[in-house]
Amino acid sequence: MEHYLNIFIKSIFVDNMIFAFFLGMCSFLAVSKNVKTAMGLGVAVIFVLLITVPVNFLVEKYLLRKGALIWLGEGFADVDLSFLTFMIFIAVIAAMTQLVEMVVEKFSPPLYNSLGIFLPLIAVNCAILGAALFMQEREYENVLEATVFGVGSGVGWMLAIVGLAAIREKMRYSNVPGPLKGLGITFILTGLMAIAFMGFMGIKI
Amino acid sequence: MSDQEKEPMFSAKNFKFFTAPLADNNPITVQVLGICSALAVTVKLKPAIVMALSVTIVVAVSNVVIAAMRKYIPDRIRIIVQLVVAATMVILVDQFLKAFVFDVSKQLSVFVGLIITNCILMGRLEAFAMANKPWPSFIDGLGNGAGYGLILVIVAFIRELLGSGTIYGYPVIEKLGVYKAGYENNGLIILPPMALILVGLIIWVHRSRNNSLIEK
Repeated sequence: MEHYLNIFIKSIFVDNMIFAFFLGMCSFLAVSKNVKTAMGLGVAVIFVLLITVPVNFLVEKYLLRKGALIWLGEGFADVDLSFLTFMIFIAVIAAMTQLVEMVVEKFSPPLYNSLGIFLPLIAVNCAILGAALFMQEREYENVLEATVFGVGSGVGWMLAIVGLAAIREKMRYSNVPGPLKGLGITFILTGLMAIAFMGFMGIKI
Repeated sequence: MSDQEKEPMFSAKNFKFFTAPLADNNPITVQVLGICSALAVTVKLKPAIVMALSVTIVVAVSNVVIAAMRKYIPDRIRIIVQLVVAATMVILVDQFLKAFVFDVSKQLSVFVGLIITNCILMGRLEAFAMANKPWPSFIDGLGNGAGYGLILVIVAFIRELLGSGTIYGYPVIEKLGVYKAGYENNGLIILPPMALILVGLIIWVHRSRNNSLIEK
């Protein structure tokens, strides 16, 4: 149990998607103008990560890795499909987001109305593909570890975007130099937030 | 189609597709695209240059492919088609890097794969290649890749010089003998947050020289 909690905390604070790896920056900067939409996008990202990371884990384990196809028979023991990783991962992500969109639309129209516009965009969010690739690189051992990592990364991402959106709402009242307005100050703010998050480096439970 | 076909290959209009993304319409500082990978690979110059070249090649070639197919792509599934074309190019680049510059490929780790979801790529495919002929799309891809590379190289140059005291691996500061005078490398520059702050400062400089870009 402790082990999973550790992965969870680590993926939220230490290996934060935004502050440590800059993943999902584009939508992070574009959608952080107010807290409400930021929250919506954050929830959508957690949702998609919760589904795609375990699915990609299984795909990696039973299809792509060297020797993964052994369950098909002895003849497949040497097949190594790992060069197809990017293609398959992105296909899984695009398909899953489409599926999630349809399911949410069918069963929860209010949720769909608040998340709807974000879901298709998430397919091309670097944070989603990034989490899948990090999951592969760090060699998690079972589905549960991968899921915990996926959710943790999503929570970390949401924490970052909601935090930035809150600061940007307050920024409207401050006197920022002209050329720095908008994008420039947002970058510097994110940098300062990242420095604060570095204080979590090395924590362990 | 035929009247435009006669347009010379290096006409002023096509040239503009190349130069605009270098400054006035820079993908990173003005269009705010492709920041995800831009910041993570800029600790040293070498990976930054390799990354810039990879992105340029992928954007230019995928732009041509999509522009050539643009009339046959059904509108509803265009994102998937774009992703498949991009993913194919990225796989080629990744295999090439693994074969010829393995150490850099290790340093770039997941960021080569992330070119697929790089917003510059998707943005250019969607906004330009879907509506233009292959040759202008190719120029546009090169221009945007170069504009992206320019920022990458500037950030990497500053971070490598101040953070590690080297330029492209060559120990400049040690050769100049500045360490003897009590100079120390700034460790903070190597850490991720400084990349963000540096890009913020570049935007500041860029916009104060070019007032039309200032946001209200």
